[in-house]
Amino acid sequence: MTKLLSRFAECLFWLGRQIERANALARVLDVNQSYSYDAHGGRNWRMLLHLYEQEEDFRRRFGEVTPEAVLYYHLLDNGNSSSVRSSIAQARENARTLRPLISTEMWTQLNGFHRTLTDLSPTDATPRRLSRLANLIKENCQAHVGITMETLYRDEAYYFYRTGQQIERADQTTRLMWIKFHQLLPMGAEEGSAVDVSQWHALLRAAAAFQAFSRENPSNLTPEAIMGFLLFNPLFPRSLVSSVSAAAESLSCLRRDFDIIPGSLAVSQLRSFQSAILDYDMEKVNQQGLDEIIDWAQSELIKTTDLIGLSFFGLATDDF
Amino acid sequence: MANQVQSSAEARAEALLSQYSSGGFYCELFEACQEKAAGAEELVRRLNAFTTGELAERAAAAERELMMLGVTFTVYTQRDRIDRTLPFDVIPRVLTGGEWDRISRGVKQRVKAINLFLADIYGEEKILRDGVVPRALIVGNENYRPIMRDIKVPFDSYVVINGTDLVRGGDGRFCVLEDNCRTPSGVSYVVENRHLMQRAFPDLVDALAIRPVSDYGQRLSRALEELAPPGVSRPRVALLSPGTYNSAYFEHVFLAREAGITLVEGQDLFVEDDKVFMRTIAGLQQVHVIYRRIDDAFLDPEVFREDSMLGVKGLVRAMAKGNVTLANAIGTGVADDKAVYAYMPRIIKYYLDEEPLIDNVTTYICGEPEGLSYTLDHLEDLVVKPVGASGGYGIVIGPHASREDLEEVRAKIKDDPANFIAQPMIELSVSPTLMEGEVGPRHVDLRPFAITGRDTWVLPGGLTRVALRKGSLVVNSSQGGGSKDTWVLD
Repeated sequence: MTKLLSRFAECLFWLGRQIERANALARVLDVNQSYSYDAHGGRNWRMLLHLYEQEEDFRRRFGEVTPEAVLYYHLLDNGNSSSVRSSIAQARENARTLRPLISTEMWTQLNGFHRTLTDLSPTDATPRRLSRLANLIKENCQAHVGITMETLYRDEAYYFYRTGQQIERADQTTRLMWIKFHQLLPMGAEEGSAVDVSQWHALLRAAAAFQAFSRENPSNLTPEAIMGFLLFNPLFPRSLVSSVSAAAESLSCLRRDFDIIPGSLAVSQLRSFQSAILDYDMEKVNQQGLDEIIDWAQSELIKTTDLIGLSFFGLATDDF
Repeated sequence: MANQVQSSAEARAEALLSQYSSGGFYCELFEACQEKAAGAEELVRRLNAFTTGELAERAAAAERELMMLGVTFTVYTQRDRIDRTLPFDVIPRVLTGGEWDRISRGVKQRVKAINLFLADIYGEEKILRDGVVPRALIVGNENYRPIMRDIKVPFDSYVVINGTDLVRGGDGRFCVLEDNCRTPSGVSYVVENRHLMQRAFPDLVDALAIRPVSDYGQRLSRALEELAPPGVSRPRVALLSPGTYNSAYFEHVFLAREAGITLVEGQDLFVEDDKVFMRTIAGLQQVHVIYRRIDDAFLDPEVFREDSMLGVKGLVRAMAKGNVTLANAIGTGVADDKAVYAYMPRIIKYYLDEEPLIDNVTTYICGEPEGLSYTLDHLEDLVVKPVGASGGYGIVIGPHASREDLEEVRAKIKDDPANFIAQPMIELSVSPTLMEGEVGPRHVDLRPFAITGRDTWVLPGGLTRVALRKGSLVVNSSQGGGSKDTWVLD
């Protein structure tokens, strides 16, 4: 049996991450425009630059923070390696390398999506057209995921894709919470006021959690319930606990079902991260502060990624 | 006025091939009809149900599909990389079954002789000692690899993947124009073109007895496994590509997918104890057979070019120890050299005691005194080719060349006669082709592909390349040629 090349494993891991990231970013931008009003009826565009800690880079290249510039920067800017266009270009390059492994349908769809984005002009990313563009991005990312689930052969390759996707998802959910938390704290909007409520709604929508949360908590729209939902709800596919569990499960499957010896460090890292999350509840979060929990989660994710890289993608030959 | 409108509408509705004329050249499609080949006649009937506009519309849709599928080769400019599709013409080139069987036998004969020749020149050197081929031409050849001397190649299959370039002249006879024994490319287009025709033109393809091409991958994979070093029961096979930036990367992907083998780059491979391993998520795994799509010169920095970033250090050592089989073997380039080509009829006769089933084009070897004087005396009637180059570069077509061009090449030949051969101008056959909104004759060639493991198998049909510019004889894709689906009709 021929095993998966390390190079391919790395491409799969990042392909999963890049699509997840593009999808998350499109959703956040769309929600910011449609739902996230402050007390003056304005929207906080600067906040978006903190998502990937990019305010400095943005200011250096674009100067003033305007809705147009922020949208362009996040959606179409080739100079921003985290923009949707850049993520999809990288995803497409990875898919090109992976063509011997992935399905033709996966390649064709992603190649077409990339071409569509390449053909867009700055006017396609203005506030007025944002909703349409965000939808196009989300639909294409979701189509990609659907095609992948339906067509990708479920050997080792699949598990690397899945691990990358879930780690990125945990990363995106925690980043989003961190941003919203910092945005909402100093705003001073009265708790329970119309603006405050709309801000919390927006957070739920940005995490694609609004409907699920409402079903679970029809009358309990408190910050604590929302934070608890996004961190610990095991049924919500984008909660921290769901994505970390899925990533851990995926790596364990890989080693168990495919006889892969390396990677024990990465798996035990993820497993202990997972059980630490399972031990948490909102009471503990309140004691420690959400800030600290999120910092901790982010650093655990970085550690996990490093260990995966070391165990599986490393080019060193005497590690095994 | 009304009449005019009506008549132009009628003109538009005219049968597609009603205005077609082959311009005096041998036409692949209509000569097949002359021979009462039922499939060819039926194809003409079906084509005639189209108007030019309808055909062009369907062709454009097919082109878009190729782009979406990424059936492309990559062109690099200073700033950008551009993915282009190989221009595809939707009107198939046909060959009758009987015609094809003769070609197939001829290709097998040639491959057999070439492999015997390579085994000999890297072994006992009988043909050189018998003076049939000049020793200097072989051991002095830039593609001769002394490192291959006395190395045993499984089943003497040096040229595992072979492409033979054939052309048909005005008399209807096929000739060999060139052998491709190193890393012949283009087979992916044969299969993709067929699949495209089946999707985009089911009404042309349906219920005709076209010999299938879709088992190329399995045939390739089987042959490569047969060539594994002795004693390996379940060989691991890889295709070694220069990587995603190579213009033929699409074909490498295609082959790896179709044959179910791992596509590797040099960085994925590693040699230890004279064995080749690939770096996988489970550690190192040994590789037994490598279909390499990298030239000899870049294969192993230990032996060939030291600056090669594409190759694998120690690969040649591993091959020499018999721990890995390379397909094609190192040093096959000496057999498809344009000067050695001229000796091919004698090589076939020497090893097989048979006349060539497909003739060479008459070739004047400028390195020999008679050939040189004939060439210099008839320059304006001949096609002059530099011996070393490939891809149609440096060719001067006498009848089409300007006086200055002729004088320039004359000087070059005098300066270094051994670097040139000359051939008479061949009136290449044509095939109806849709270009610039009309169907007209365009020149075509044919590259059948042969795979040799234990035995030789020839893919029915092969790649038809077509010169897209009116009157042009250059079919190479690097020089603006396109391709057609090739139908062997029973």
